[in-house]
Amino acid sequence: MLDACDGAVMTDTENLLEVRDLKVHFPLPKTNPFASAPKVHAVDGVSFDTKRGTTFGLVGESGSGKTTTALAIMRLAPITDGSIRLNGEEICLLAGEPLRQQRRHMQIIFQDPYSSLNPRLRAGEIVRAPLDQLDVGDEKIRDDRVAELFRLVGLRPEQQALFPHQFSGGQRQRVGIARALATQPDLIVCDEPVSALDVAIQAQILNLLRRLQEEFGLTYLFISHDLGVVQHMCDDIAVMYLGQVIEHADRLSLFGRPLHPYTNALLSAVPSADPALRDRADRIRVSGDPPSPIDLPPGCRFASRCPFAEDRCRAEEPRLRLIAEGHQVRCHLVTDDGSPPPHLAA
Amino acid sequence: MTALLEVNGLSVEFDLKDGTVSRVINDLNFSLTAGQTLGIVGESGCGKSMTALAIMGLVPMPPGRVADGVIALAGEDLLGASESRRREVRGNDVSMIFQEPMTSLNPVYTIGDQIGETVRLHQGLSRRDARERAVDMLRAVSIPAPEKRVDEYPHQLSGGMRQRVMIAMALACQPQVLIADEPTTALDVTVQAQIFDLLKELQEQTSSAIILITHDMGAIAEMAQRVVVMYAGRKVEEALVDEMLTNPKHPYTRGLIACVPHLEAKPSEERKVLTEIPGVVPSVAELGRGGCPFAPRCAEAMDRCHDEMPPEIIAAHDHKVACWMHVMAP
Amino acid sequence: MMISDKPARPDKQVAIQVERPWLEAWNMFKKNRAAVAGLIILSSIIMISLLGPLAFPADPFAGAGPLLSPPGERGFLLGTDQQGRDILVGLLYGSQSTLMVGAAAAAITITIGILVGALAGYYRGWVEEVLLRITEFFQVLPPLLLAMVVVLLFSPSIVTISLAIGIVSWTSTARLVRAEFLRIRELDFVKAERAIGSRNARIIWTIILPNAAPPLIVSAALSVGVAILFEAGLAFLQLSDPNVMSWGYLISVNRPQILEAWWPVTFPGLAIFITVLSVSLIGDGLNDAFNPKLRQR
Repeated sequence: MLDACDGAVMTDTENLLEVRDLKVHFPLPKTNPFASAPKVHAVDGVSFDTKRGTTFGLVGESGSGKTTTALAIMRLAPITDGSIRLNGEEICLLAGEPLRQQRRHMQIIFQDPYSSLNPRLRAGEIVRAPLDQLDVGDEKIRDDRVAELFRLVGLRPEQQALFPHQFSGGQRQRVGIARALATQPDLIVCDEPVSALDVAIQAQILNLLRRLQEEFGLTYLFISHDLGVVQHMCDDIAVMYLGQVIEHADRLSLFGRPLHPYTNALLSAVPSADPALRDRADRIRVSGDPPSPIDLPPGCRFASRCPFAEDRCRAEEPRLRLIAEGHQVRCHLVTDDGSPPPHLAA
Repeated sequence: MTALLEVNGLSVEFDLKDGTVSRVINDLNFSLTAGQTLGIVGESGCGKSMTALAIMGLVPMPPGRVADGVIALAGEDLLGASESRRREVRGNDVSMIFQEPMTSLNPVYTIGDQIGETVRLHQGLSRRDARERAVDMLRAVSIPAPEKRVDEYPHQLSGGMRQRVMIAMALACQPQVLIADEPTTALDVTVQAQIFDLLKELQEQTSSAIILITHDMGAIAEMAQRVVVMYAGRKVEEALVDEMLTNPKHPYTRGLIACVPHLEAKPSEERKVLTEIPGVVPSVAELGRGGCPFAPRCAEAMDRCHDEMPPEIIAAHDHKVACWMHVMAP
Repeated sequence: MMISDKPARPDKQVAIQVERPWLEAWNMFKKNRAAVAGLIILSSIIMISLLGPLAFPADPFAGAGPLLSPPGERGFLLGTDQQGRDILVGLLYGSQSTLMVGAAAAAITITIGILVGALAGYYRGWVEEVLLRITEFFQVLPPLLLAMVVVLLFSPSIVTISLAIGIVSWTSTARLVRAEFLRIRELDFVKAERAIGSRNARIIWTIILPNAAPPLIVSAALSVGVAILFEAGLAFLQLSDPNVMSWGYLISVNRPQILEAWWPVTFPGLAIFITVLSVSLIGDGLNDAFNPKLRQR
């Protein structure tokens, strides 16, 4: 029998990125010499597709595995198992020179604009490095490209001579974006690109990312814990909890009709300036913290915090099921015709 | 109702290394009553945290000093009080929760010791009574198995638990005023919601006043009744929360509200370009130049804004704003 | 609730201030007066060691006058030792070998330390495991004994002495470099380098190493001082090149007469003290110069 998530997606050329059953497990030091070493299940069987020119959002709280997923796709974290196809090419098994060459098609923007730029290099050298490392064009082409990139991200070309600490946080993030754009990649991973920035600066960066996407048809993999930002930026969204996708839908369905209790809890938890949203009766609260990703509970991973959990939830792990066109959910209590858990609907 | 805490004409100055003096807080006024929550919003570098430190009497001296103003708690002037009186007040009548629960707890003492320390110091409780109070406080902040947890060390707790311990510590002496400086910034949203619920619940029981410092308008809307918007060390707008959110007057407040993509219950297909506030907060060295400090970043700035500081005026009922746009032409 | 679309007054076009990090480091260094004094003293010592022998062409080992003549008498400014050798000439000639050994041994220390520390810190895994075991092996051996063995195995000369000192003192540098590499390799800009396809060699030597440089430069300066002391110690144990004059040698041969004549021991000792002190002061100044936290002030 095919797993729902496998059956739901067919390989077609519309997809830039196809991730199948990705697993990243980190071994821990052995505590008992006779038992097998404990593992952190950071990413535990994640599958999704990203259409060309769209933004795919990965949402979750700390420890959900969203950043590890992104780093694994960038081939910056060790992959335990699974498949990642970029432009139809399998990149999980690449190594050495072929992997290096593949890197020109995928780039990453980091969360912290302070640690993501080498303090000893000038901004121009930082943006130019990808071109130098991946042998793009000749000297003249590289110079022109760097100047062009500075203009594109809203910096002045003469600012190339400055060191990172001479920029503000927002400007540094622009330098990081220019570096990511340098090789004209197809996929850009944005790992919490605005969470370290001041509120008033976030809008500048989000608008810039959207403008660049329209201009160059970029595809973003957008990692964030901020649901407002995700709702604004993403076309398709997967909600992660303890290394698994627990709900996956397009933007309108996920925010308009969230099915999984955890998704509902997340949405309820966001403090809102909108009185209508704030005083909604169906806001649900979850208690406690997520269980440890080392000793995972046998049933649903959310069961320990879920206000609706039944005996079945604690015993049997739910599958990710296709409920409606493009809407998958991993919950026993959601019915096949797509009704949310009864208590939630009430 | 009479004010519990009154801040009047508060100014804080810092000596810069080039010998000049910078006013990081400038003529700040606000007051709050028992059981009320006042939100202070603004970007980092706006003087929010410095305001908290000034109320606590913890402005680093030197290079800083409270240059002017009155901070009165239940009618008692705190700025003129002796240092020993201030120590009595601090932690007992006014206490504070910090942003970073990781570094605010001492890793070498159990959480019970740390909570008990405050009550032993301020209320002269015995070691045994202090421990009992610590257990009660842990129970009050919904920490499971408080009798066991009281003997644990900070590193054995999750981030959310640590912030609960911080709250337990801050509330152990049943302070009249609790200052929460970005108490949930380091936490996940579901945990943040728990902490907010907890604060509201405890406030109902003890009717303490809370000052919530944050950059998140959503958090203000959830928690506060009244809000002060600060920019470059000055209050630019003050109103009740709903009035502020539905009818913001100052361009900076409007920018702060509009630059954040707010979560909508029924999102539409179309997505607007977010409003940007261009530029950055002025640095400490740039404070105190003539004119409205927000003028260089303001889309609606007039010539006058660059030259003259706007006075604070009452723009609507219980709604104050400092902006030339709202000052009637003479 | 929208702000009008009218653009804000454009930022004043602030002139770009192009920074030169080395110039700034020098400016910070200059603020530390003790360090500047150290630099002046050390430069003077180096100048004297280069020019001194030219000014006093003599054989430092040959007796030049009466035995144990006190300083200032009979034309011997610093006196003579128990073999009638001019102490001043001995100091001048000895400074060359002392400084040379100090510099060469420090260079060897730093080179081995960087190599071992960088590879262990960057590659982790079995590479780190093996290199750490080797480091520990060298750490638990008593350094003076090990150095004596090395010097005795090969006949004592400036080269073997420098090597011996370098071999016994690289471990702390290696640990320092490894710790810095462990810290820096986790920073996002190193991840970014990997993401843009940089090769390991570039990441190790041109990305991480320069960022690890500040504590390393300080430690290099201090290891010069340590090497000079070590050399004096070896010479004191008669383990120095018998054909090359050095400060340690002077102290060693004149030690038996210390109760009758203080000067043949005191002046070389003072020379060592001043040199090592000036090197430490410079190390302190370098710490200021490369410590970014201080620079902010």
